[in-house]
Amino acid sequence: MNKKTQENIDGWIMVAPIVILMLVFVIGPAIYSFILSFQDYNMLKPDKSEWVWLGNYKELISDPNFYQALYNTLKYSIIVVPVQTAIALLLATVANQKIKGKTFFRVAYYIPAVTSAVASAAMFMFLFNTNGIANKFLGIFGFEAVSWFNDPTYALPLAMIMAIWSTVGTQMLVFLAGLQDIPREVYEASAIDGASSIRSFFSITVPLLSEKTMFVVVVGMIGTLQMFDQAFIISGGTGGPLGSTTTVVLYLYNKAFGENRLGYGSAVAVGLFIVIFTLTVLQKSFFEEDENKPKRLGKRRKLNG
Amino acid sequence: MDKSTPKFMKVIFYFTTIGYACIALFPFFWAFYTSLRPTKEAYKLNFDFSNLSFGTYIDLIVKNDIGKWYFNSFIIAISVTILGVVLSTMAGYALARINFKGKNIIFMTILGIMMIPGQITMIPQYMLLNNLNFINTYAGLIIPFLFNAFNVFMMRQFFLSFPISLEEAAEIDGLSRRKIFFQIALPLAKPAVTTITIMTFMGSWNNFLMPNLLITSRNMYTLPVGMASLNSQYFSFPNQTMAGAMLLSIPMVILFLICQRYFIEGVTTSGIK
Repeated sequence: MNKKTQENIDGWIMVAPIVILMLVFVIGPAIYSFILSFQDYNMLKPDKSEWVWLGNYKELISDPNFYQALYNTLKYSIIVVPVQTAIALLLATVANQKIKGKTFFRVAYYIPAVTSAVASAAMFMFLFNTNGIANKFLGIFGFEAVSWFNDPTYALPLAMIMAIWSTVGTQMLVFLAGLQDIPREVYEASAIDGASSIRSFFSITVPLLSEKTMFVVVVGMIGTLQMFDQAFIISGGTGGPLGSTTTVVLYLYNKAFGENRLGYGSAVAVGLFIVIFTLTVLQKSFFEEDENKPKRLGKRRKLNG
Repeated sequence: MDKSTPKFMKVIFYFTTIGYACIALFPFFWAFYTSLRPTKEAYKLNFDFSNLSFGTYIDLIVKNDIGKWYFNSFIIAISVTILGVVLSTMAGYALARINFKGKNIIFMTILGIMMIPGQITMIPQYMLLNNLNFINTYAGLIIPFLFNAFNVFMMRQFFLSFPISLEEAAEIDGLSRRKIFFQIALPLAKPAVTTITIMTFMGSWNNFLMPNLLITSRNMYTLPVGMASLNSQYFSFPNQTMAGAMLLSIPMVILFLICQRYFIEGVTTSGIK
């Protein structure tokens, strides 16, 4: 056997399991999802499925509940992403200073991120119940006690608070890695030139971190648009009260598996796919250059050192 | 921060760091405290350390099959992690080191998959698993989750960034491809393997959406799915729900405390938690 054939055999033996799993559980289903989105398919009556072509999409764009879900999701994304990015940047900047207990802070900030959404939702529902400690605390500042997850006005904000709380740590670590790539000398030079800390934050840190910021924002948007777990737990799967926590994925879930309308659910999935795919392509085109670079400076300095 | 830093800046720095640490940790503290309190006092906002006990935990384990859910979660997470990591590492190695036909197309496909949201495959995956009678089985909760595009990508990048000379020397010495992979490449890839191991374990442990669809029998619940079902009794037994939340989060927190470095490596390269 010549070397070429041997390489082909070795290569395929090693990738075969992954390729098979990929075809069966990702590529196949993804393609089938598109086909299904043109059908009226009921899980319980599969023989009665029929082609409705754009019917599902037409219904989708005329369903007020879908707009409500879309509105909730966008509102959630538009508020959560900038707030968590700003907090993460602020915390990373502070945690990058020579302060005592650096490692402790980094650990403390990231612990919410390793916690299951189910557990954090349960904890937040308890903290934010009508007589809970959160209301008590807000009361000090003159806020009236509200029933967060039972009130259509506050249920989504509660989900936002939860999302911010659990994601800030992750993003802070990304920013921290970026900050460690900025040479100290740049700050020293600007200090000699008489720039204040605040000035150097906005004139050095922020612009030099723009790449990381873009990354964090896009990843944040993709994550928030796929929000499901928290909404499901807060509302017990219904998306209530009054549809105020129905997100696009929860809408999809309830249509597909609650009403057994798999075709219609697939149409929602295709819509979501288009939005997220566009965002990801956008992000990739921004980072194309970066990925091909060899490992950067920050990697060598141990991040947790 | 050095001596020249003005005092008020130092105050602001410490205020911010300590303040946010409180925000990040307080929910755990309060949940843990509540979980130790008797049911009738769980809603009270005072500190009373006189009658704290682990009774709720014992109740949960005895009455609510939590032990079984733990077992399910561990079996599933460990299987997904071990099998998934081995397969991803093998594929990543082949994509980085072996010139075989079709290599580029596989790699491009994996890059493409990293860009698509999981929801697009959810419905057909469910139908497939339903037809295979995989509902309420370990196989159904393990096999579909073995392929992870990001892991394959990360392992390929790792092997590419790694000097090939050792493997070439081994090849000259007449070692087979299998031996080169298992005896030389794999041990050297330990940092990257550890990172994807931890990220995969965390993903599987916290996974909720698909398991929630794929499990209908209480006996097969994983911890998050079981916990979500307990959440409905939340109003009457907050101490139980909080104990459940603790039981669900503690293994991940411990794992994180032990393997911090690898978590951080995983996060900074993927941006995904």
